[in-house]
Amino acid sequence: MKLLVCISKVPDTNAKIAFTNNQTEYDTAGVQYIMNPYDEWYALVRALELKEALGGSVTLVHVGTADSETIIRKGLAIGADDAVRIDADPKSALFVAQQIAELARNEHYDIIFLGKETIDYNGAEIGAMVAEYLDLPYISYANHLEVNGTVASVTREIEGGAEEVEVNLPFVVSAAKGMAEQRIPNMRGIMMAKTKPLKVLPPVPIEDKAVVVMYQTPPAKSSVKLVAPENMDELVRLLHEEAKVI
Amino acid sequence: MVLVFAEHQKGKFKKTALEAVTFGYKTAQMLGIECAALVLGATDYATDLGQYGAAKVWQVSHPALDNFDSQVYAAVIADAARQLGASVVVLSATANGKSLLGRLAVRLDAASVAGVNALPRVDGGAFRIQRPVFSGKAIAEYELRSEVKVISLTGNAIAPEVNGQSAPVQPLEVAVPTPRVRVKAVKRIEGIVPLPEAELVVSAGRGMKGPENWGIVEELAEALGATTACSRPVADAHWRPHHEHVGQTGIAIRPNLYIAIGISGAIQHLAGVNNSKVIVVINKDPEAPFFKVADYGVVGDAFDVVPRLTEAVRNFKASH
Ligand SMILES: Cc1cc2nc3c(=O)[nH]c(=O)nc-3n(C[C@H](O)[C@H](O)[C@H](O)COP(=O)(O)OP(=O)(O)OC[C@H]3O[C@@H](n4cnc5c(N)ncnc54)[C@H](O)[C@@H]3O)c2cc1C
Ligand SMILES: Nc1ncnc2c1ncn2[C@@H]1O[C@H](COP(=O)(O)O)[C@@H](O)[C@H]1O
Repeated sequence: MKLLVCISKVPDTNAKIAFTNNQTEYDTAGVQYIMNPYDEWYALVRALELKEALGGSVTLVHVGTADSETIIRKGLAIGADDAVRIDADPKSALFVAQQIAELARNEHYDIIFLGKETIDYNGAEIGAMVAEYLDLPYISYANHLEVNGTVASVTREIEGGAEEVEVNLPFVVSAAKGMAEQRIPNMRGIMMAKTKPLKVLPPVPIEDKAVVVMYQTPPAKSSVKLVAPENMDELVRLLHEEAKVI
Repeated sequence: MVLVFAEHQKGKFKKTALEAVTFGYKTAQMLGIECAALVLGATDYATDLGQYGAAKVWQVSHPALDNFDSQVYAAVIADAARQLGASVVVLSATANGKSLLGRLAVRLDAASVAGVNALPRVDGGAFRIQRPVFSGKAIAEYELRSEVKVISLTGNAIAPEVNGQSAPVQPLEVAVPTPRVRVKAVKRIEGIVPLPEAELVVSAGRGMKGPENWGIVEELAEALGATTACSRPVADAHWRPHHEHVGQTGIAIRPNLYIAIGISGAIQHLAGVNNSKVIVVINKDPEAPFFKVADYGVVGDAFDVVPRLTEAVRNFKASH
């Protein structure tokens, strides 16, 4: 099994959200970055489990600049065999998808794993794009994945339930909670990660079609209106007459 | 033309589809063009989409469309968009919509924006549209610089509006590729509105102490006609099923009303719920961070407050 896991870098959840350059750029000053939890906890770990059970290799791909190396090394410490970094600013979903597709086109992976979405831009777009570029099936928001020979059984989240599907390898899948359990890298993993191969490739140039022109922060909420615990009729009245939600 | 892909579930249109048609209609008006809807597979209700603003409804019928395969659906929608000369394609940001958006962007060589929550602004040829980013902590405005644009609309962002009458339904001839994904089973919990679509949500956390205490939460939800949700530690401890877990690692929701009971309001929890229109927090700790983002708050013991609130809701419902 030749497996590819796409990993992204996102600001830590506690990072402040501010913008610079006339509100056109995210202010990265002092921001701590982490590996996107869906990529790290679910996509990567399930790929490693499959490799452990069925043999093969797990490669990481990341589109990003040199300062992403810490999160790539973390992925290697958790257990991936090698990594590729496409040396470019991941400026749009389409851009990132093309870079990943370009790599995968020549490498013939059996399964390409992504996280269900990044927790910063929450796009959930890249998986479908990669699948389309490569003319492969795509299963999004998968929370269970088994491989039997050349066939995979996958369960994916849908509104109010789940859908169970079967698909032949190769395919693209995005991982949601439930697909695996988070693994913490151990000392041996961290040591080994330092010498695992990390290849850096130049990006293929493409033109951006969707461009962020401005960021806004929503107006701060006015302070909470407290209602006495004895007075729930008043709360219901407020929800009906003032908030108009019931 | 603005082409809206209207999703249905076993022939019935969900509210998200009606929202998408309303959104498509308003966008088309702004651009001075027509809005049409596209329906895949069998449904008897396609003509109703006219009421929400579709001047025409195009229907592609084929047995392969009874199950969802993003590759097949994307091929058909892209073909239809080309045949009909669509300049904007609107999807719902549902599970299926999310599997389609990126594919359509690639197929139609289009700029795409996922999960928009407001109508576009069209000024002097520039097409700009907003979406929440950083889990609702900011809004990004995108400019779409391509001939064809593909957009997915977040649920509950705009209300369905009746803008017209029944529309003629016309069959559309499009080649339907053979599916490569074989759907084995579709399991839906019957009878409740799924969380991503729910307008009213009652959610509880570790403050409830144990699964045996959820009766009062369920009663409140039932009195309101709300869907239940929970914080992550509650789902992790198996007090509640996983599909109820909201937050950064669970489901992100945007109901009209979110009632949080015995939930502290950690940033990762808020990430999934802070797009709610109105937030009510019930917590015995007046310092709980959740109060900072709440519209209404009750400082008190949930075991006391929740049954009282249920009673008040029942009285209200009985007299309205
Ligand atoms: C990477 C990461 C991702 C995460 N993702 C999520 C996520 O998606 N969703 C999520 O929810 N969490 C998530 N968490 C966990 C999150 O940080 C909090 O730990 C969690 O939300 C706390 O759950 P809680 O509010 O139910 O429990 P607690 O923090 O224990 O809060 C319980 C609250 O109940 C109140 N209380 C106690 N007794 C009563 C009573 N009798 N009446 C009224 N109030 C009472 C207390 O005052 C307290 O405020 C994540 C954490 C990390 C690190
Ligand atoms: N810069 C990147 N490099 C590699 N993979 C990425 C990158 N950005 C996003 N991804 C992958 O695409 C998934 C979905 O991202 P998105 O479509 O942006 O929500 C993530 O969970 C990652 O698996």
